[in-house]
Amino acid sequence: MLAYIATRVGRAIFTIFLVLTFSFTILAATGDPALLIMSVDAPPEAIEAFRERYGLDASVWQQYIGYLGNLLQGNFGQSLRDGRDAWDVVVERIPLTLALTVPAFLLKIGIGIPAGIYAALHRNSFLDRLVMMISVAGYTVPSFVLGLILILIFAVNLGVLPSGGQDTWRHAILPIVTLGTAGAAIIARYTRSAMLEVLGQPYIRTARATGVPWPKAVRRHALPNAAIPTLTVVGLMVGSLIAGAVVVESVFSWPGVGRLLISAVANRDLMIVQAILLLVAVCMVTSNLLVDIAYGLIDPRLRGRSGSRKT
Amino acid sequence: MREPLVRINGLTIDFDTGQSNVRALHGFDLQIEKGEAVGIVGESGSGKSITWLGALGLLGPRARVAGSVRLDGREILGLGEREMAAIRGKRVAMIFQDPTSSLNPVHRIGQQLVESLVLHRGMSARSASAEARRLLERVQIAAAAQRLSEYPHELSGGMNQRVMIAMALAGEPDLLIADEPTTALDVTIQAQILEVLKEMRRETGMGLVIISHDLGIVAELADRVVVMYAGRPVETAPVSRIFDAPCHPYTRGLLAALPEIDGALERLVAIPGQVPEPHKLPPGCPFAPRCAQVNAKVCDETVPPMRAIAQDHAAACALIHTAKPEALRSLELA
Amino acid sequence: MTSAPLISVSELRRTYKVKTTGGWFSPTAELKAVDGVSFDIRPGETLGLVGESGCGKSTTAKLVLGLIPATSGKVVFEGKPVAADSKRAWREQRRRMQMVYQDPLGALDRRLPVGTQAMEPLDIFGEGTKVERRDRMLALFDAVGLPRTSVDRYPHELSGGQRQRVVLARALMLRPSLLVCDEPISALDVSIQAQVINLLKDLQEQLGVAYLFISHDLKVVRHVSHRVAVMYLGRIVESGRPEEIMRAPAHPYSQALISAVPSPRARGKERIVLEGDPPSPVDIPKGCAFHPRCPLATDRCRSEAPELHPFGEQRHVACHRAGVSITSARGAA
Repeated sequence: MLAYIATRVGRAIFTIFLVLTFSFTILAATGDPALLIMSVDAPPEAIEAFRERYGLDASVWQQYIGYLGNLLQGNFGQSLRDGRDAWDVVVERIPLTLALTVPAFLLKIGIGIPAGIYAALHRNSFLDRLVMMISVAGYTVPSFVLGLILILIFAVNLGVLPSGGQDTWRHAILPIVTLGTAGAAIIARYTRSAMLEVLGQPYIRTARATGVPWPKAVRRHALPNAAIPTLTVVGLMVGSLIAGAVVVESVFSWPGVGRLLISAVANRDLMIVQAILLLVAVCMVTSNLLVDIAYGLIDPRLRGRSGSRKT
Repeated sequence: MREPLVRINGLTIDFDTGQSNVRALHGFDLQIEKGEAVGIVGESGSGKSITWLGALGLLGPRARVAGSVRLDGREILGLGEREMAAIRGKRVAMIFQDPTSSLNPVHRIGQQLVESLVLHRGMSARSASAEARRLLERVQIAAAAQRLSEYPHELSGGMNQRVMIAMALAGEPDLLIADEPTTALDVTIQAQILEVLKEMRRETGMGLVIISHDLGIVAELADRVVVMYAGRPVETAPVSRIFDAPCHPYTRGLLAALPEIDGALERLVAIPGQVPEPHKLPPGCPFAPRCAQVNAKVCDETVPPMRAIAQDHAAACALIHTAKPEALRSLELA
Repeated sequence: MTSAPLISVSELRRTYKVKTTGGWFSPTAELKAVDGVSFDIRPGETLGLVGESGCGKSTTAKLVLGLIPATSGKVVFEGKPVAADSKRAWREQRRRMQMVYQDPLGALDRRLPVGTQAMEPLDIFGEGTKVERRDRMLALFDAVGLPRTSVDRYPHELSGGQRQRVVLARALMLRPSLLVCDEPISALDVSIQAQVINLLKDLQEQLGVAYLFISHDLKVVRHVSHRVAVMYLGRIVESGRPEEIMRAPAHPYSQALISAVPSPRARGKERIVLEGDPPSPVDIPKGCAFHPRCPLATDRCRSEAPELHPFGEQRHVACHRAGVSITSARGAA
């Protein structure tokens, strides 16, 4: 089990490293930030000074090494706009984003999983078909379309909810619903197919044949096995808790990490972008790691005791 | 007359394929006395497994089961799920073909046994654990205590089948239905499982239904044999008579087509053609298209019913009663 | 028969390195799938290779054809060594030796008509003109008992038995002298098995093709083989004529194997039931691989691995106590 975890941690670190390198390379290739930030008719000396100040005059390779070196010391660079520490700029937005994504996540699993289980248990019934149709609608409608529709209905026509900003808890309702819908739909589908797959397995037949009452068979035999694939999807969603709300934050003018990312990219604010990407990578990788560990805990077949069958 | 343990009358099973209803079992009749061992022999499509899955209500929602199944005189077909659950495992237990997939991969062996024991014998978790160990020892699993904390994928197929038998015994059932219990196992392991089944029957006096395509296995375990073809029973007789004096052309064809480990080495006599699909059955006798002794006038018209030939020996063949048994035996199978 | 063997296998070994647990740093162990197998097959005869799971028979089949390289030992086919290197010489040899597998549906491409698939070997090796290829395919379809109407059918439109015939026809397209059959009838219905068994025997008579017939089913092997070799944990423990082995097996494992086969004729006979399961090929016991389960094991068996030695005419056994019957030893005890 320890070896299992150690392997996964090693791979996680490697993945983060790859993301860093990749994003650094791409950003470096997209143009000179100095020219973008300083206005067009700034004098060349000012541009040079800007470059020098932020180390942009060194070669890309040197910048890269310098960046890695700084990272290891906990220095994420400065924002090119106002010179503040990139880390601070990003971190102060995190709670705002979480205020949306965490309730949305709870909504997703709170609705998605029971809906999926119900649909699987009553396969081909009217409710099953209804749930599946709604779920298809849920994840095919793009979130900004859904967001705008909800704004139209609730803010413009009915006037019961605000359309943007983040002053009161009411402001959070529409964004949370928008965020949660697609996720709930996806989880419902996944849970349903995981359950259906499990319900068709021989050991469920055994449970019934040994006289286990059906509700108990579902609870104790089917659900634990269906949890395994469902966990993957849920795990991925956990990974996107920080940066999964980019579009929704924009639609609802919610000043979270997502909106910060958009403006930083537009402004070529390299360090901010790198910092956010790093954050996202760490989140994704950590949640994958946790999912893998959870797998090992739930599914005894993965605990790596292969080859030695007893007699 | 004493009521038999199981009395099945006119059992039919249809499957709803979405477009139509396909009949997979056409009128099955059988009586099993307490403690008796019956073998059900057939190939794919013969209906040998679905008969029992249907009787126990284990087929899915697409299956329509009709007819009568009485357990100790009580009609169990049509009972609600909860009442059926009370019967399954407790009065009638069933074990299946692939033992390792038939056990829940995320539960330990002990857990699965204890579940049965608590359910059927109302034991406390503690005494159930001890009893679980005793059950494993009864089915001759070595180091039983250690096995309890292991998972199915850590045990071999043979051991898992023994665990299944132990689980089946947990409820102290009157009848055990074993559906191809050794097909997925190596032959030396198969011999072990057959021994365990025989031993358990000796110890508990439990009845047995052994379903297999392998006549040899059925010969080992059963007192009586029912041969099935394309969803119908075609012959039933005591075990010795089935092998020494088979009457139905399918049974005879099967015996001539199966290679044996002993006896004279003769060229196998194959049965031409293949088993008809359930939705494409011929109008008359289902075996007629492949039968060497077919008489089109009689055989293609109607499905022959099971008729008694001798004491305890019946067959569903229209020709058996129109020819003397000696004449029948001298007819050559092409 | 004094003709030279068609194929000669000597001291074939194949080991795999496996990790004993799933992690990066777990110790590796040796899995001896095939541990010193030698046999000959003469032209036109059938060698039946029999054993239970893990005995190495399927691996032996692949080694014989050169599909996987051997760790040591050699295979000589029609006088030339078989190198598992996918080079031209090997591919030429492959024309003369073909394989038939257990699952006919898996062996056929769902999307192509079976006639086309059967002709594929001719297309690959560029034999004959288009017309000649088609004629040959039709001739083989006749030989295997497939109606000509099935030429344009797809695999899922045929029955299991018919599919296996297509596979056989395809395997025989290039006129091989050796056909390796790995459980060719296990996936078929019992009443169809006899058809395919008879077909295999007839084809052998007509075409003079030799078979390496691999199966776990002793009853079938008895019917199709001229000689039988029993394998256990990667080694051949007994070989000889099927009738002799089935009637009076000399090796204790063969005795248990044969005794375990249920037979309607021998209902209620005393069976030799072995204890436990076969050990994993990862840690083969020292001395004779069978000694932990052998009712006749002695100290010599535990320390010294027996070699295959002659035992009567055309028989070989690898056992220190060859010829001792378990049932009579029991009776005497």
